[in-house]
Formats: sequence, structure tokens, C-alpha cells
Amino acid sequence: MSDPIFALWVYLSKTPLLWLTVTLAVYCLADWFSQATGRHPLANPVLHAVWILALLLAITGTGYKTYFDGAQFVHFLLGPATVALAIPLYEHRDKVLRVLLPMTAALLCGSLTAILSALLVAHLLGVPRAVLIALAPKSVTAAVAMGITQSLGGDPALTAVLVILTGITGGIVVTPLMNALGIGDWRARGFAAGIAAHGIGTARAFQVHPIAGTFAGIAMGLNALLTAILVPLVIRWLLP
Amino acid sequence: MLPAVAVILFCQLAGEAVVRAAGLPLPGPVLGMALLFLLLVARDQLAARGARRLGGNAIENVGRVLLANLSLLFVPAGVGVVQRLDVLARYGLPLIVALVVSTVAALLVAVGVFRLLARRFSERMEPEAGGEGL
Repeated sequence: MSDPIFALWVYLSKTPLLWLTVTLAVYCLADWFSQATGRHPLANPVLHAVWILALLLAITGTGYKTYFDGAQFVHFLLGPATVALAIPLYEHRDKVLRVLLPMTAALLCGSLTAILSALLVAHLLGVPRAVLIALAPKSVTAAVAMGITQSLGGDPALTAVLVILTGITGGIVVTPLMNALGIGDWRARGFAAGIAAHGIGTARAFQVHPIAGTFAGIAMGLNALLTAILVPLVIRWLLP
Repeated sequence: MLPAVAVILFCQLAGEAVVRAAGLPLPGPVLGMALLFLLLVARDQLAARGARRLGGNAIENVGRVLLANLSLLFVPAGVGVVQRLDVLARYGLPLIVALVVSTVAALLVAVGVFRLLARRFSERMEPEAGGEGL
């Protein structure tokens, strides 16, 4: 690298501006690709933005901390976006109230299934206890899941990764799975997506149908609450 | 637009403050969601009694922008995968299998229970809600 270019890189690599811009640009590219494929499940914009950015960090030898100094401005908006889920909830409140009982039952059963099945499969495949703790809360939104893991003495950074991988998996699987089952009830489809795959499932649900997105948002919020209660109990019971 | 942004941030702030002060096992933004819901109810109740609808549709418009780009907001946390490549190299396959099995299982159980109970208890008077070809 010639000197002026190197000097420019030294400057850019120190400001949050560079990785904030790159994050937005790469996401726009991934989202454009997703739109161009007619929102094909495999063209999930989170999946493709994440691996491209991880590759760019590896190529430029940039650490995650430096990256996050810029990307934190995007990350911060997760909180306000969660609050904003009240808006579709309010607009569709009549539809929501009518299915309060199915929602409560689906939440309890779905949430327990998500926790127990992940622990069981991973345990059978030889994953050690320390990693199992980080795995248990993987179906809820990142901030809450990391808090749960931390309170149990696990690795919150690993939880964040597993949470995002779960969300991407759910975002890819939900549409083909529900279509194969012939389920045309957007409320049920969205609610399941929110329980199994938190905000990424919710984002996917909003891409497919506004009612699905609304119910996914409710499920994500309620599951965050329930999982925060269930995971410590399950861990104490199964992995003392 | 700015008052709407301030209202949304205020809801989150209030949620975080209450959760921390009371030690609740609940994310602050989720409580903030409940608070914003109540504010929207209050706004339209006031408007129904003849007052001007505060802020018009400003909160809806800001919320729509945020929710339309919800996927983007998960990208920074997702890139955190670079920090744990060692764990993934060691337990990657078992973890991926566990994630896929558990995600599919949770989807199936949740949608199954929801449909079963919705058909039994909630849908006798609303035939428009279903749409499935079963």
C-alpha cells in the first residue's frame, strides 16, 4: 500500500463512520438481493449481510470491537424498534383480543419446546454444559437472551451468536414449512415465527404479511418475558 | 417527527428504569412497548372526546420506518460471530443441528397449538379469520 492510501486507511479505520457506512451499504445490497429474488427465504438479508461483513473484517484485519464502535448506532435502534411494535399491536388489537387463549397456550408450549429440544439435541451430540447454558435462551431477542446467560454464569457473546443463527434459521424455514403444512392463518404463522425466531422471525413475518408481523411482534415480546423465567428453572432442574 | 421519536425513546427509557428499579425479569423495551400501547389508547380516547389527535399519525410513521428495516438492526450482533469462531469450529455442527431441530419443533408446536385452540374456541363467529385449505 502506498503511503497516502495507508494514511487514509489509518484515519478511516479509527472513526465509527467507516463501519457504520459499510454496515448500511452491505445491508442495502443484501436487501436488494432479497427483493430481487421476491423475498426468497434463502436470500435472507441478515444472513448475507453478516457473512459479507465478517469476511470484510477478516480481510482488513479489523477486530469486532472496532467494528462495533461504528455499528452500535444501528444496534441501538433495536430498543426503539421493540417499543414501536406497540403500533401494529394497537392497530390490530381487536384481532389480538379474540385469540388470547390460543396465544397463551401456543406461547407456553412453543417456548418450552424451543428451550428443551435445543438442550436435548445439543446434549446428545456432546455439547458441554457451559455451551448449553449459552444455548438455552437462543429463541429470544439478543439483549434479553444475553442477560439470561450472564445471570447463569454463561458466555453472553456466544448467546448473541446463537440467537442470531436461530433467527436466521427461523426466517429461512418458516415460510416453506407453513406453506407445506397448508396453514393460511397469518396470526398463527406469525405468532409461531415470533416465538421460535424472535425479531428476525418478526422481520420475516412483516415481509410476508402485516397481520403475521403483528402477531410475531407480540410473540417475541411475550416470549422474552417467559423465557427469562423458564430458562433459569430448566437449567437448575436439568443441569445442576 | 421529532416529538414522535422523543415519545418512543421516552417509553424505552421509562421501561428500562422501571425494570431496573423493580428488578423485573423482563426486557426494558418490552415494558416500553406496553407503555406506548397505553399512550396510543389515551391519544385516541382523547381524540374521540373531541380533542385534537395529538401528533396526528407521527408515531405511526416513525414506527413504520423502524419496523420496515427491522432486519438491519440484527446485523451488528450477528457479525459478533467473528468473536466465537473457535466455539463454532469445535461445536458448530452439533449446535447447528440443535438450532435447526429446535426451531422447527418450536414452530410446529406453536402453530399447532394455536390453530387447534383457535378452531375450538375462537372461530365460531369469525369465519373470515381462517384461510387454510384444510
